[in-house]
Amino acid sequence: MKSVRIAGGLGFYGDSWQPIKASIERGNVQYVASDHLAELTLAILQKDRQRDPNLGYTRDLVPMLTELLPLALPMGIKFILNAGGLNPMAAREVLLTALKKFGVKLKVGVVLGDSVLERLDELQAMGVSLAHMDTGEDIATVRRHLLFASAYLGARPLVEALDAGADIVLTGRVADAALFLAPMIHELGWQWDDWDKLAQGMVVGHLLECSGQATGGNFGGDWRSIPDLANIGYPIAEVWENGEAVITKAPGTGGRVNFDTLREQLLYEVHDPSHYLTPEVDVDMTTLHMEEIGPDQVRITGATGRPAPAMLKIVAGYEDGYMGQAIIGYAWPDALAKAYLAAQIIQQQMKRVGLKAEETLIEYMGYNSISGPLADPTHAKDLNEVYLRIAVRCADKREAAKLGRLVPPLGLSGPPFIGGAGGMIEPRGLLGIWPTLAPRAVIEEYIRVSVEEVGS
Amino acid sequence: MKVQLMKLAHARSGDKGDKANIALFAPDQAAYDLLVREVTPERVRAHFEGIVTGKVERFEVPNVLALNFVLHGALNGGASRSLRSDALGKSLSSALLRMEVEAV
Repeated sequence: MKSVRIAGGLGFYGDSWQPIKASIERGNVQYVASDHLAELTLAILQKDRQRDPNLGYTRDLVPMLTELLPLALPMGIKFILNAGGLNPMAAREVLLTALKKFGVKLKVGVVLGDSVLERLDELQAMGVSLAHMDTGEDIATVRRHLLFASAYLGARPLVEALDAGADIVLTGRVADAALFLAPMIHELGWQWDDWDKLAQGMVVGHLLECSGQATGGNFGGDWRSIPDLANIGYPIAEVWENGEAVITKAPGTGGRVNFDTLREQLLYEVHDPSHYLTPEVDVDMTTLHMEEIGPDQVRITGATGRPAPAMLKIVAGYEDGYMGQAIIGYAWPDALAKAYLAAQIIQQQMKRVGLKAEETLIEYMGYNSISGPLADPTHAKDLNEVYLRIAVRCADKREAAKLGRLVPPLGLSGPPFIGGAGGMIEPRGLLGIWPTLAPRAVIEEYIRVSVEEVGS
Repeated sequence: MKVQLMKLAHARSGDKGDKANIALFAPDQAAYDLLVREVTPERVRAHFEGIVTGKVERFEVPNVLALNFVLHGALNGGASRSLRSDALGKSLSSALLRMEVEAV
Protein backbone atom coordinates (compact mmCIF):
# COMPACT_ATOMS: atom_id res chain seq x y z
CA MET A 1 0.00 0.00 0.00
CA LYS A 2 1.29 3.44 -0.90
CA SER A 3 2.45 5.73 1.90
CA VAL A 4 4.10 9.11 2.45
CA ARG A 5 6.57 10.14 5.15
CA ILE A 6 6.41 13.71 6.46
CA ALA A 7 8.69 15.43 8.97
CA GLY A 8 7.42 18.03 11.40
CA GLY A 9 9.34 21.29 11.03
CA LEU A 10 9.24 24.28 13.32
CA GLY A 11 6.46 24.71 15.86
CA PHE A 12 6.65 28.52 15.92
CA TYR A 13 8.72 31.51 14.76
CA GLY A 14 11.77 31.21 16.99
CA ASP A 15 11.88 27.42 17.17
CA SER A 16 15.07 25.48 16.37
CA TRP A 17 15.57 23.83 13.00
CA GLN A 18 18.54 21.72 14.13
CA PRO A 19 16.34 18.67 14.90
CA ILE A 20 14.99 18.76 11.33
CA LYS A 21 18.46 17.78 10.10
CA ALA A 22 18.18 14.36 11.76
CA SER A 23 14.71 13.88 10.25
CA ILE A 24 16.15 14.64 6.80
CA GLU A 25 19.34 12.61 7.17
CA ARG A 26 17.96 9.57 8.94
CA GLY A 27 14.17 9.85 8.88
CA ASN A 28 13.58 8.69 5.30
CA VAL A 29 11.10 11.54 4.76
CA GLN A 30 9.77 13.01 1.50
CA TYR A 31 8.38 16.25 2.94
CA VAL A 32 9.10 18.74 5.69
CA ALA A 33 6.04 20.74 6.80
CA SER A 34 6.86 23.71 8.99
CA ASP A 35 4.59 25.93 11.09
CA HIS A 36 6.02 29.40 11.73
CA LEU A 37 2.82 31.23 12.70
CA ALA A 38 1.38 31.21 16.20
CA GLU A 39 -1.87 33.14 16.75
CA LEU A 40 0.09 36.33 17.46
CA THR A 41 2.96 36.06 15.03
CA LEU A 42 1.13 38.02 12.35
CA ALA A 43 1.11 41.06 14.63
CA ILE A 44 4.92 40.97 14.85
CA LEU A 45 5.10 40.59 11.08
CA GLN A 46 2.71 43.49 10.50
CA LYS A 47 4.97 45.75 12.56
CA ASP A 48 7.96 44.61 10.46
CA ARG A 49 5.99 45.37 7.34
CA GLN A 50 4.98 48.83 8.55
CA ARG A 51 8.69 49.60 8.90
CA ASP A 52 9.65 48.04 5.56
CA PRO A 53 7.15 46.95 2.87
CA ASN A 54 9.59 44.21 1.81
CA LEU A 55 9.21 42.48 5.19
CA GLY A 56 6.19 40.77 6.75
CA TYR A 57 7.37 37.16 6.43
CA THR A 58 9.15 35.16 9.13
CA ARG A 59 12.83 35.92 8.76
CA ASP A 60 13.92 32.45 9.86
CA LEU A 61 13.02 31.24 6.35
CA VAL A 62 16.34 31.88 4.61
CA PRO A 63 18.71 30.88 7.44
CA MET A 64 16.71 27.70 7.97
CA LEU A 65 16.60 26.68 4.32
CA THR A 66 20.24 27.68 3.81
CA GLU A 67 21.15 24.97 6.31
CA LEU A 68 18.55 22.39 5.35
CA LEU A 69 18.43 22.55 1.54
CA PRO A 70 21.97 21.23 0.98
CA LEU A 71 20.92 18.12 2.92
CA ALA A 72 17.42 17.87 1.51
CA LEU A 73 17.87 18.64 -2.20
CA PRO A 74 19.95 15.57 -3.12
CA MET A 75 17.21 13.45 -1.54
CA GLY A 76 14.40 15.21 -3.38
CA ILE A 77 12.73 16.32 -0.14
CA LYS A 78 10.09 19.04 -0.51
CA PHE A 79 9.17 21.82 1.90
CA ILE A 80 5.80 23.30 2.82
CA LEU A 81 6.09 26.37 5.04
CA ASN A 82 3.72 29.09 6.22
CA ALA A 83 6.75 31.36 6.59
CA GLY A 84 5.17 33.70 4.04
CA GLY A 85 3.28 35.29 6.92
CA LEU A 86 1.67 38.51 5.75
CA ASN A 87 3.87 38.82 2.68
CA PRO A 88 4.46 35.50 0.88
CA MET A 89 5.66 37.30 -2.28
CA ALA A 90 8.43 39.04 -0.32
CA ALA A 91 9.36 35.70 1.25
CA ARG A 92 9.59 34.29 -2.26
CA GLU A 93 11.94 37.10 -3.32
CA VAL A 94 14.42 36.52 -0.50
CA LEU A 95 14.23 32.80 -1.08
CA LEU A 96 15.06 33.25 -4.79
CA THR A 97 18.13 35.28 -3.91
CA ALA A 98 19.26 32.51 -1.58
CA LEU A 99 18.55 29.79 -4.16
CA LYS A 100 20.79 31.49 -6.72
CA LYS A 101 23.69 30.86 -4.36
CA PHE A 102 23.01 27.13 -4.49
CA GLY A 103 22.99 27.14 -8.29
CA VAL A 104 19.95 24.89 -8.46
CA LYS A 105 16.65 25.02 -10.30
CA LEU A 106 13.60 24.61 -8.13
CA LYS A 107 9.89 25.14 -8.48
CA VAL A 108 8.60 27.52 -5.83
CA GLY A 109 4.88 27.74 -5.15
CA VAL A 110 3.16 30.65 -3.43
CA VAL A 111 -0.34 30.70 -1.95
CA LEU A 112 -2.04 34.08 -1.58
CA GLY A 113 -5.47 35.16 -0.41
CA ASP A 114 -5.56 34.53 3.33
CA SER A 115 -5.17 38.17 4.34
CA VAL A 116 -8.54 39.93 4.41
CA LEU A 117 -7.56 43.16 6.19
CA GLU A 118 -8.02 45.15 2.96
CA ARG A 119 -11.34 43.39 2.23
CA LEU A 120 -13.24 44.01 5.45
CA ASP A 121 -15.55 46.66 3.95
CA GLU A 122 -16.27 44.37 1.04
CA LEU A 123 -17.03 41.44 3.36
CA GLN A 124 -19.36 43.56 5.47
CA ALA A 125 -21.09 44.86 2.34
CA MET A 126 -21.72 41.20 1.43
CA GLY A 127 -23.44 40.73 4.78
CA VAL A 128 -20.58 39.13 6.74
CA SER A 129 -20.94 40.67 10.20
CA LEU A 130 -17.37 39.98 11.39
CA ALA A 131 -18.78 39.98 14.94
CA HIS A 132 -16.55 38.39 17.61
CA MET A 133 -17.33 34.67 17.42
CA ASP A 134 -17.36 34.19 21.20
CA THR A 135 -18.85 37.42 22.52
CA GLY A 136 -20.89 38.63 19.54
CA GLU A 137 -19.38 42.13 19.86
CA ASP A 138 -19.41 44.43 16.83
CA ILE A 139 -16.03 44.71 15.12
CA ALA A 140 -16.57 48.49 14.88
CA THR A 141 -15.25 48.75 18.44
CA VAL A 142 -11.75 47.67 17.37
CA ARG A 143 -11.80 48.29 13.64
CA ARG A 144 -9.47 51.28 13.50
CA HIS A 145 -6.90 49.54 15.68
CA LEU A 146 -6.64 46.39 13.55
CA LEU A 147 -3.13 45.27 12.60
CA PHE A 148 -4.01 42.16 10.63
CA ALA A 149 -6.96 39.98 9.70
CA SER A 150 -6.26 36.62 8.12
CA ALA A 151 -8.41 33.64 7.27
CA TYR A 152 -7.28 30.12 8.03
CA LEU A 153 -7.09 28.52 4.59
CA GLY A 154 -7.26 24.78 4.07
CA ALA A 155 -5.04 22.34 2.20
CA ARG A 156 -6.56 22.76 -1.29
CA PRO A 157 -4.33 25.55 -2.62
CA LEU A 158 -1.29 23.78 -1.16
CA VAL A 159 -2.25 20.57 -2.96
CA GLU A 160 -2.66 22.61 -6.13
CA ALA A 161 0.91 23.89 -5.76
CA LEU A 162 2.25 20.37 -5.11
CA ASP A 163 0.29 18.98 -8.08
CA ALA A 164 1.96 21.65 -10.24
CA GLY A 165 5.34 20.29 -9.18
CA ALA A 166 6.36 22.75 -6.46
CA ASP A 167 9.47 21.76 -4.50
CA ILE A 168 8.90 24.50 -1.95
CA VAL A 169 5.45 25.85 -1.08
CA LEU A 170 5.21 29.18 0.75
CA THR A 171 1.94 30.23 2.34
CA GLY A 172 0.58 32.80 4.72
CA ARG A 173 -2.07 31.79 7.26
CA VAL A 174 -3.40 28.29 6.74
CA ALA A 175 -4.74 25.86 9.32
CA ASP A 176 -1.51 24.53 10.85
CA ALA A 177 -2.43 20.90 10.23
CA ALA A 178 -3.25 21.66 6.57
CA LEU A 179 0.49 22.07 5.94
CA PHE A 180 0.69 18.33 6.62
CA LEU A 181 -2.59 17.24 5.04
CA ALA A 182 -1.57 18.70 1.67
CA PRO A 183 1.26 16.23 0.91
CA MET A 184 -0.95 13.32 2.02
CA ILE A 185 -3.64 14.29 -0.46
CA HIS A 186 -1.09 14.97 -3.19
CA GLU A 187 0.66 11.62 -2.72
CA LEU A 188 -2.18 9.33 -1.70
CA GLY A 189 -4.92 10.59 -4.01
CA TRP A 190 -7.54 11.09 -1.30
CA GLN A 191 -10.78 12.76 -2.37
CA TRP A 192 -12.21 15.91 -0.75
CA ASP A 193 -15.14 13.91 0.60
CA ASP A 194 -13.07 11.04 2.06
CA TRP A 195 -14.05 12.46 5.44
CA ASP A 196 -12.48 9.76 7.57
CA LYS A 197 -9.16 9.87 5.73
CA LEU A 198 -9.12 13.67 5.85
CA ALA A 199 -9.82 13.42 9.59
CA GLN A 200 -6.92 11.01 10.07
CA GLY A 201 -4.74 13.38 8.07
CA MET A 202 -5.70 16.40 10.14
CA VAL A 203 -5.09 14.49 13.38
CA VAL A 204 -1.63 13.53 12.15
CA GLY A 205 -0.98 17.14 11.15
CA HIS A 206 -2.15 18.35 14.55
CA LEU A 207 0.19 15.86 16.25
CA LEU A 208 3.16 17.11 14.21
CA GLU A 209 2.55 20.86 14.10
CA CYS A 210 4.15 21.69 17.49
CA SER A 211 7.57 20.11 16.87
CA GLY A 212 9.04 18.73 20.12
CA GLN A 213 5.71 18.76 21.98
CA ALA A 214 4.92 15.43 20.27
CA THR A 215 8.25 13.85 21.15
CA GLY A 216 8.56 14.47 24.87
CA GLY A 217 9.04 18.22 25.06
CA ASN A 218 6.87 20.14 27.56
CA PHE A 219 5.71 16.75 28.85
CA GLY A 220 3.44 17.02 31.86
CA GLY A 221 3.89 13.38 32.88
CA ASP A 222 7.14 11.91 34.16
CA TRP A 223 9.37 14.45 32.40
CA ARG A 224 12.46 12.98 34.06
CA SER A 225 11.92 9.82 32.04
CA ILE A 226 12.36 11.60 28.70
CA PRO A 227 15.90 10.91 27.46
CA ASP A 228 18.32 13.41 25.93
CA LEU A 229 16.10 16.47 25.38
CA ALA A 230 19.23 18.37 24.27
CA ASN A 231 19.23 16.17 21.18
CA ILE A 232 15.45 15.91 20.76
CA GLY A 233 14.07 14.47 17.53
CA TYR A 234 11.05 16.16 15.98
CA PRO A 235 8.08 14.00 15.03
CA ILE A 236 7.83 12.13 11.73
CA ALA A 237 4.62 10.56 10.38
CA GLU A 238 4.17 7.78 7.87
CA VAL A 239 0.65 7.80 6.47
CA TRP A 240 -0.84 5.09 4.25
CA GLU A 241 -3.47 5.31 1.52
CA ASN A 242 -6.15 3.92 3.85
CA GLY A 243 -5.51 6.69 6.38
CA GLU A 244 -3.60 4.62 8.91
CA ALA A 245 -0.57 6.41 10.32
CA VAL A 246 2.49 5.77 12.48
CA ILE A 247 4.15 8.59 14.40
CA THR A 248 7.86 8.20 15.10
CA LYS A 249 11.14 10.18 15.07
CA ALA A 250 14.58 9.76 13.55
CA PRO A 251 16.81 7.02 14.98
CA GLY A 252 19.51 8.19 17.37
CA THR A 253 17.64 11.30 18.53
CA GLY A 254 16.49 12.18 22.04
CA GLY A 255 12.97 12.60 23.28
CA ARG A 256 10.23 9.98 23.24
CA VAL A 257 7.21 9.06 21.16
CA ASN A 258 4.71 7.02 23.12
CA PHE A 259 1.04 6.92 24.06
CA ASP A 260 1.55 9.50 26.83
CA THR A 261 3.58 12.07 24.90
CA LEU A 262 1.25 11.84 21.91
CA ARG A 263 -2.05 11.99 23.77
CA GLU A 264 -0.84 15.21 25.45
CA GLN A 265 -0.26 16.72 22.03
CA LEU A 266 -3.55 15.29 20.65
CA LEU A 267 -5.61 17.52 22.95
CA TYR A 268 -3.27 20.52 22.93
CA GLU A 269 -5.27 23.69 22.23
CA VAL A 270 -8.32 21.57 21.38
CA HIS A 271 -11.77 22.45 22.68
CA ASP A 272 -14.46 19.89 21.77
CA PRO A 273 -12.51 16.77 20.67
CA SER A 274 -15.59 15.33 18.92
CA HIS A 275 -15.87 18.46 16.75
CA TYR A 276 -12.37 19.63 15.98
CA LEU A 277 -13.25 22.06 13.20
CA THR A 278 -10.77 22.43 10.37
CA PRO A 279 -11.22 23.98 6.92
CA GLU A 280 -11.44 20.55 5.24
CA VAL A 281 -13.29 18.39 7.71
CA ASP A 282 -15.05 18.34 11.08
CA VAL A 283 -12.86 15.85 12.98
CA ASP A 284 -14.00 13.47 15.69
CA MET A 285 -10.96 12.54 17.78
CA THR A 286 -12.97 10.45 20.21
CA THR A 287 -13.15 7.50 17.81
CA LEU A 288 -9.42 7.14 17.22
CA HIS A 289 -7.02 4.57 18.65
CA MET A 290 -3.41 5.12 19.61
CA GLU A 291 -1.31 2.02 19.97
CA GLU A 292 2.38 1.67 20.80
CA ILE A 293 3.75 -0.77 18.22
CA GLY A 294 7.45 -0.43 18.99
CA PRO A 295 9.99 1.85 20.60
CA ASP A 296 9.09 5.44 19.63
CA GLN A 297 6.37 4.19 17.28
CA VAL A 298 2.68 4.82 17.81
CA ARG A 299 -0.02 3.76 15.35
CA ILE A 300 -3.00 6.10 14.87
CA THR A 301 -6.21 4.69 13.40
CA GLY A 302 -9.92 5.36 13.52
CA ALA A 303 -10.34 9.15 13.55
CA THR A 304 -13.60 9.95 11.80
CA GLY A 305 -14.77 12.98 9.90
CA ARG A 306 -17.93 14.81 8.98
CA PRO A 307 -18.38 17.27 6.12
CA ALA A 308 -16.34 20.46 6.16
CA PRO A 309 -17.82 23.46 7.97
CA ALA A 310 -19.54 26.10 5.84
CA MET A 311 -17.63 28.93 7.50
CA LEU A 312 -13.90 29.60 7.69
CA LYS A 313 -12.25 31.14 10.73
CA ILE A 314 -10.63 34.55 10.54
CA VAL A 315 -8.38 35.82 13.30
CA ALA A 316 -7.73 39.55 13.46
CA GLY A 317 -5.43 41.31 15.88
CA TYR A 318 -5.79 44.88 17.18
CA GLU A 319 -3.67 47.25 19.23
CA ASP A 320 -4.95 47.29 22.76
CA GLY A 321 -2.82 49.69 24.81
CA TYR A 322 0.55 49.20 26.46
CA MET A 323 1.95 47.25 29.36
CA GLY A 324 4.49 48.92 31.63
CA GLN A 325 6.32 46.68 34.08
CA ALA A 326 9.05 46.71 36.69
CA ILE A 327 10.80 43.99 38.66
CA ILE A 328 12.72 44.40 41.92
CA GLY A 329 14.13 41.73 44.25
CA TYR A 330 14.25 41.16 48.03
CA ALA A 331 16.19 38.63 50.14
CA TRP A 332 15.69 36.65 53.33
CA PRO A 333 14.81 37.47 56.08
CA ASP A 334 11.23 38.62 55.51
CA ALA A 335 11.68 38.78 51.74
CA LEU A 336 7.95 38.74 51.06
CA ALA A 337 7.19 41.40 53.69
CA LYS A 338 9.78 43.70 52.09
CA ALA A 339 8.26 43.13 48.67
CA TYR A 340 4.75 43.86 50.04
CA LEU A 341 5.99 47.17 51.42
CA ALA A 342 7.66 48.04 48.11
CA ALA A 343 4.40 47.32 46.28
CA GLN A 344 2.53 49.66 48.63
CA ILE A 345 5.06 52.43 48.12
CA ILE A 346 4.90 52.12 44.34
CA GLN A 347 1.10 52.17 44.36
CA GLN A 348 1.09 55.32 46.50
CA GLN A 349 3.53 56.94 44.13
CA MET A 350 1.47 55.87 41.09
CA LYS A 351 -1.37 57.91 42.61
CA ARG A 352 0.93 60.84 43.33
CA VAL A 353 2.19 61.05 39.73
CA GLY A 354 -1.31 60.44 38.41
CA LEU A 355 -0.40 57.31 36.47
CA LYS A 356 -3.57 56.33 34.63
CA ALA A 357 -3.70 52.52 34.61
CA GLU A 358 -6.75 50.58 33.46
CA GLU A 359 -5.44 47.58 35.37
CA THR A 360 -2.60 46.98 37.82
CA LEU A 361 -1.22 43.50 38.48
CA ILE A 362 1.11 42.72 41.37
CA GLU A 363 2.96 39.42 41.42
CA TYR A 364 5.58 38.05 43.80
CA MET A 365 7.93 36.01 41.63
CA GLY A 366 9.20 32.99 43.49
CA TYR A 367 5.98 32.91 45.49
CA ASN A 368 2.77 33.41 43.48
CA SER A 369 3.53 34.94 40.07
CA ILE A 370 2.52 31.70 38.39
CA SER A 371 -0.06 30.25 40.75
CA GLY A 372 -1.86 33.44 41.74
CA PRO A 373 -4.56 32.69 44.31
CA LEU A 374 -3.65 28.97 44.14
CA ALA A 375 -0.15 29.52 45.57
CA ASP A 376 0.61 27.38 48.63
CA PRO A 377 1.27 29.85 51.51
CA THR A 378 3.20 27.32 53.65
CA HIS A 379 6.61 28.91 53.06
CA ALA A 380 5.50 32.49 52.49
CA LYS A 381 7.17 33.74 55.65
CA ASP A 382 10.49 32.05 55.02
CA LEU A 383 11.29 32.60 51.36
CA ASN A 384 14.99 32.80 50.44
CA GLU A 385 14.22 35.52 47.95
CA VAL A 386 11.32 37.03 46.07
CA TYR A 387 10.97 39.45 43.18
CA LEU A 388 8.16 41.95 43.09
CA ARG A 389 6.75 42.32 39.59
CA ILE A 390 4.28 45.11 39.02
CA ALA A 391 2.54 45.54 35.67
CA VAL A 392 0.10 48.18 34.45
CA ARG A 393 -2.19 48.39 31.44
CA CYS A 394 -2.27 51.90 29.97
CA ALA A 395 -3.83 53.55 26.95
CA ASP A 396 -0.53 54.85 25.61
CA LYS A 397 3.16 54.16 25.79
CA ARG A 398 4.21 57.32 27.64
CA GLU A 399 1.76 56.60 30.42
CA ALA A 400 3.01 53.02 30.75
CA ALA A 401 6.64 54.21 30.88
CA LYS A 402 5.90 56.21 34.05
CA LEU A 403 5.85 53.01 36.10
CA GLY A 404 9.46 52.06 35.39
CA ARG A 405 10.73 55.41 36.63
CA LEU A 406 9.12 54.93 40.05
CA VAL A 407 11.13 51.85 40.87
CA PRO A 408 14.90 52.69 40.85
CA PRO A 409 14.66 55.17 43.78
CA LEU A 410 13.39 52.30 45.95
CA GLY A 411 16.96 51.00 46.00
CA LEU A 412 18.05 53.75 48.35
CA SER A 413 14.72 54.83 49.79
CA GLY A 414 12.72 51.62 50.24
CA PRO A 415 13.07 48.43 52.27
CA PRO A 416 16.52 46.72 52.05
CA PHE A 417 16.75 45.25 48.57
CA ILE A 418 18.97 43.06 46.35
CA GLY A 419 18.62 44.79 43.03
CA GLY A 420 16.35 45.07 40.07
CA ALA A 421 15.98 42.61 37.24
CA GLY A 422 15.97 43.44 33.58
CA GLY A 423 16.79 47.11 34.22
CA MET A 424 14.20 49.61 33.05
CA ILE A 425 11.80 47.53 30.98
CA GLU A 426 10.44 49.24 27.86
CA PRO A 427 6.63 49.33 27.69
CA ARG A 428 5.28 46.65 25.38
CA GLY A 429 2.36 47.02 22.97
CA LEU A 430 -0.60 44.82 23.87
CA LEU A 431 -2.72 43.07 21.27
CA GLY A 432 -6.32 42.01 21.34
CA ILE A 433 -7.34 38.97 19.32
CA TRP A 434 -10.57 39.07 17.32
CA PRO A 435 -11.76 35.67 16.09
CA THR A 436 -14.63 35.70 13.62
CA LEU A 437 -16.16 33.67 10.80
CA ALA A 438 -16.84 34.16 7.10
CA PRO A 439 -18.53 31.95 4.48
CA ARG A 440 -15.99 29.76 2.73
CA ALA A 441 -16.79 30.99 -0.78
CA VAL A 442 -16.05 34.66 -0.13
CA ILE A 443 -12.60 33.73 1.15
CA GLU A 444 -11.73 31.04 -1.37
CA GLU A 445 -12.67 33.26 -4.30
CA TYR A 446 -9.51 35.30 -3.63
CA ILE A 447 -7.05 32.43 -3.28
CA ARG A 448 -4.27 32.51 -5.87
CA VAL A 449 -1.65 29.83 -6.40
CA SER A 450 1.45 30.36 -8.50
CA VAL A 451 4.25 27.92 -9.19
CA GLU A 452 7.36 29.00 -11.05
CA GLU A 453 10.69 27.42 -11.79
CA VAL A 454 13.49 29.60 -10.45
CA GLY A 455 17.22 29.56 -9.83
CA SER A 456 20.07 28.75 -12.12
CA MET B 1 -9.12 9.31 51.49
CA LYS B 2 -8.14 12.60 49.87
CA VAL B 3 -5.57 12.40 47.10
CA GLN B 4 -4.02 15.21 45.12
CA LEU B 5 -4.58 14.90 41.34
CA MET B 6 -0.81 15.19 41.02
CA LYS B 7 -0.60 11.57 42.23
CA LEU B 8 -3.22 10.32 39.81
CA ALA B 9 -2.86 12.08 36.49
CA HIS B 10 -0.78 14.28 34.21
CA ALA B 11 -1.91 17.34 32.31
CA ARG B 12 -1.07 19.87 29.60
CA SER B 13 -2.67 23.25 29.00
CA GLY B 14 -2.89 25.43 25.91
CA ASP B 15 -4.29 28.82 24.93
CA LYS B 16 -6.66 30.11 22.27
CA GLY B 17 -7.69 33.75 22.63
CA ASP B 18 -8.97 34.25 26.16
CA LYS B 19 -9.75 30.53 26.58
CA ALA B 20 -7.43 27.92 27.97
CA ASN B 21 -7.81 24.19 27.72
CA ILE B 22 -6.43 21.72 30.22
CA ALA B 23 -6.30 18.07 29.24
CA LEU B 24 -6.08 15.70 32.18
CA PHE B 25 -4.76 12.19 31.51
CA ALA B 26 -5.39 9.05 33.55
CA PRO B 27 -2.93 6.14 33.64
CA ASP B 28 -5.66 3.46 33.47
CA GLN B 29 -9.42 2.88 33.25
CA ALA B 30 -9.97 2.85 37.02
CA ALA B 31 -8.25 6.20 37.43
CA TYR B 32 -10.18 7.57 34.46
CA ASP B 33 -13.49 6.55 36.03
CA LEU B 34 -12.44 8.26 39.24
CA LEU B 35 -11.56 11.46 37.37
CA VAL B 36 -14.91 11.42 35.57
CA ARG B 37 -16.67 11.12 38.92
CA GLU B 38 -14.60 13.61 40.91
CA VAL B 39 -13.25 16.26 38.56
CA THR B 40 -16.50 17.88 37.52
CA PRO B 41 -16.60 21.18 35.62
CA GLU B 42 -18.19 22.80 38.69
CA ARG B 43 -15.30 21.73 40.91
CA VAL B 44 -12.75 22.90 38.36
CA ARG B 45 -14.52 26.26 38.11
CA ALA B 46 -14.40 26.62 41.90
CA HIS B 47 -10.74 25.53 42.00
CA PHE B 48 -9.81 28.35 39.63
CA GLU B 49 -11.79 31.06 41.42
CA GLY B 50 -9.86 34.31 41.10
CA ILE B 51 -8.15 33.20 37.88
CA VAL B 52 -11.00 32.16 35.56
CA THR B 53 -13.83 34.63 35.00
CA GLY B 54 -16.11 32.60 32.70
CA LYS B 55 -17.59 29.13 32.56
CA VAL B 56 -15.77 25.80 32.52
CA GLU B 57 -16.77 23.10 30.05
CA ARG B 58 -15.71 19.47 30.25
CA PHE B 59 -15.34 17.01 27.38
CA GLU B 60 -14.80 13.29 27.93
CA VAL B 61 -12.23 11.59 25.71
CA PRO B 62 -12.39 7.97 26.93
CA ASN B 63 -10.44 6.57 24.00
CA VAL B 64 -7.28 8.22 25.33
CA LEU B 65 -8.41 8.16 29.00
CA ALA B 66 -8.57 11.95 29.14
CA LEU B 67 -10.83 14.76 30.26
CA ASN B 68 -10.53 18.04 28.40
CA PHE B 69 -11.52 21.21 30.23
CA VAL B 70 -12.15 24.49 28.45
CA LEU B 71 -11.80 27.50 30.76
CA HIS B 72 -13.47 30.64 29.42
CA GLY B 73 -12.01 33.99 30.43
CA ALA B 74 -8.91 32.25 31.78
CA LEU B 75 -6.13 34.38 30.34
CA ASN B 76 -6.66 37.99 31.44
CA GLY B 77 -8.06 38.79 27.98
CA GLY B 78 -5.73 36.50 26.02
CA ALA B 79 -1.97 35.92 25.93
CA SER B 80 -1.15 38.98 23.86
CA ARG B 81 -3.01 41.46 26.06
CA SER B 82 -2.40 39.78 29.40
CA LEU B 83 -0.35 41.40 32.15
CA ARG B 84 0.43 38.02 33.76
CA SER B 85 3.85 36.37 33.87
CA ASP B 86 2.21 33.18 32.65
CA ALA B 87 0.40 34.89 29.81
CA LEU B 88 -0.14 31.64 27.90
CA GLY B 89 -1.57 29.77 30.86
CA LYS B 90 1.09 27.06 30.53
CA SER B 91 0.99 26.46 34.28
CA LEU B 92 -2.80 26.08 34.53
CA SER B 93 -2.26 22.35 33.98
CA SER B 94 -0.05 22.00 37.04
CA ALA B 95 -2.38 24.28 38.98
CA LEU B 96 -5.21 21.83 38.31
CA LEU B 97 -3.04 18.98 39.65
CA ARG B 98 -3.13 20.69 43.07
CA MET B 99 -6.81 19.78 43.37
CA GLU B 100 -7.66 17.12 45.94
CA VAL B 101 -10.23 14.44 45.19
CA GLU B 102 -11.83 11.62 47.13
CA ALA B 103 -10.15 8.36 46.09
CA VAL B 104 -11.80 5.17 47.28
